[in-house]
Amino acid sequence: MPPVSLFEPLPGSGEPTVAIQINGQPHQVPAHYTVAAAMLAAGVTACGTRPEGDAQRAPFCLMGLCFECLVEIDGIPNRHGCMTRVSPGMQVRSMHGKPELA
Amino acid sequence: MSTERWDLLIIGAGPAGMAGAVTARERGLSVLVVDEAPDAGGHFYRGAGMPAVLREPVLGADVLAGGALIEAFAACGAECRPGTLVWQLTGGEGGEWCAMLAEDQGAGRVCSVQAGAVLLALGAQERPFPVSGWTLPGAMGVGAAQTLMKTQGLVPVPEAVLVGGGPLLYLFAYQLLQAGRRVQALLETSSAGALWAALPRLPRALLGLGQLAKGLRILAALRKAGIPRIRGVGKIEIAGSTCVEGVRFQAGARGGSLATPLVLLHHGFIPAVNLSRSLGCLHDWDPDQFCWRPRVDLWGQSSRPGIWIAGDGAAIAGARTARWKGVLAALDIARAAGRGDAAALRAKALRARLGCLGPQGMVAFTDRLYRPPDWLRRPGDDVVVCRCESVTAGEVRRLVQLGCLGPNQMKAFTRCGMGDCQGRFCGPTVSELLAQAGGRTVAEVGYFRLRPPLKPVPLEAIAAAEAPVERGKFPS
Repeated sequence: MPPVSLFEPLPGSGEPTVAIQINGQPHQVPAHYTVAAAMLAAGVTACGTRPEGDAQRAPFCLMGLCFECLVEIDGIPNRHGCMTRVSPGMQVRSMHGKPELA
Repeated sequence: MSTERWDLLIIGAGPAGMAGAVTARERGLSVLVVDEAPDAGGHFYRGAGMPAVLREPVLGADVLAGGALIEAFAACGAECRPGTLVWQLTGGEGGEWCAMLAEDQGAGRVCSVQAGAVLLALGAQERPFPVSGWTLPGAMGVGAAQTLMKTQGLVPVPEAVLVGGGPLLYLFAYQLLQAGRRVQALLETSSAGALWAALPRLPRALLGLGQLAKGLRILAALRKAGIPRIRGVGKIEIAGSTCVEGVRFQAGARGGSLATPLVLLHHGFIPAVNLSRSLGCLHDWDPDQFCWRPRVDLWGQSSRPGIWIAGDGAAIAGARTARWKGVLAALDIARAAGRGDAAALRAKALRARLGCLGPQGMVAFTDRLYRPPDWLRRPGDDVVVCRCESVTAGEVRRLVQLGCLGPNQMKAFTRCGMGDCQGRFCGPTVSELLAQAGGRTVAEVGYFRLRPPLKPVPLEAIAAAEAPVERGKFPS
């Protein structure tokens, strides 16, 4: 099933764009997006699973407080998806289970 | 390497922090402002992600009024460092304060700065009360969705359902209408009868006539657009197995449900208190807004000399009040630093206090009108209260029956409040549950003891810090 996005861009809000990869898939996203916004817009509904269980979690507060949007960025785990802006060539990965130590 | 030193450190570059910085610079203080977000401006005045043609009709004059302040702030000569976390604040020798910072949202360099005074302008956090299913992907805050719209230009799918209470519910639905979008429905926890209970507070709200008129205009627009508003709902449950599929609720004697992949929750805002808690500042339980707030005097000075708190981080009253509170705090800080001119101080303080009256009257009115119901503040046993550690309300109540004395013992037994968010989303609910189950008041129960690091910072970055890491003494 193709991913279904819960958020859609307003017309005219998307230029210029940068190329990033989310879980190995290429995406062209507006340069002002945060990582969490890029994932939500791409229909990637979950940033990963909680360390203590297999329940999926997704961005919740989008203001840097809930830590549900922690992802791996360019090989560094536990980066704050909603507070980090995308940059060209960025590699974003969702995290599953217990995070590795940085 | 020596630590840099500033007369004033302001934490948070929102309405209160920016207004405080401008005022402090006018009095000749050297000012450093740090903020976690990638850009200064705070939450309310954001809008850079929106297409230019939509900014005015969607955001309105209140938000755009921030443009002048953002410009004044940029030109005032204060040093601003966005993307910077404050993960520890300690009172050093001779009344000086030492803040440990981590750049690039904790992924970058760790360094320390010293300041003669500190203004906490941390603002508010959104309060979505815990309901069944609120941890599923597809459940978010209304404010979270609004942030996505303002900073990223992303809007929710039309099937989205807004759930809860408070002016933001209507404002966001209205802003989406202005952007040519719709939501499926509003599920409101307050009943039509709440207006009678709020009526005694209407006269003071009339001082904020502009806000009141704006509210009525928004409600009329929602009615005209035919956005369904279901009022007095109870027993809200978000349904779904791996992600949100719908929302069930009780409306009067009947049950109802809506199919939706996106449920946006909101029940007002509460002050962000983790930093002031870590400093041991006194906090009081606000029986009107059902949240903790730091105790401050008329100028914003906290119970710890040298620490001022302004804006929604001191008491929820909105951006306009926050600006005035930032000015008042900065004037008092300048006075304490010997840079005050008594007559000018009094004149500006009077103007600031008068400026706060209208918005504060309006907030008192809407607090009563959209008062969160008891079942939401103290949820049922099966509801997950602590998102980070998956602790349910039932577990909290069970531990009280076993003799658990307070939030900190609760934390040791269950890890409730010990996860990444450090109690920011479960804290007030845990205090309320402990009070209810133990037959005590929330003030007696108290709150989690907060300890640095206030935000996660890699140990590697701390080990590599250029300046020595201050080892603080923290109140128990």
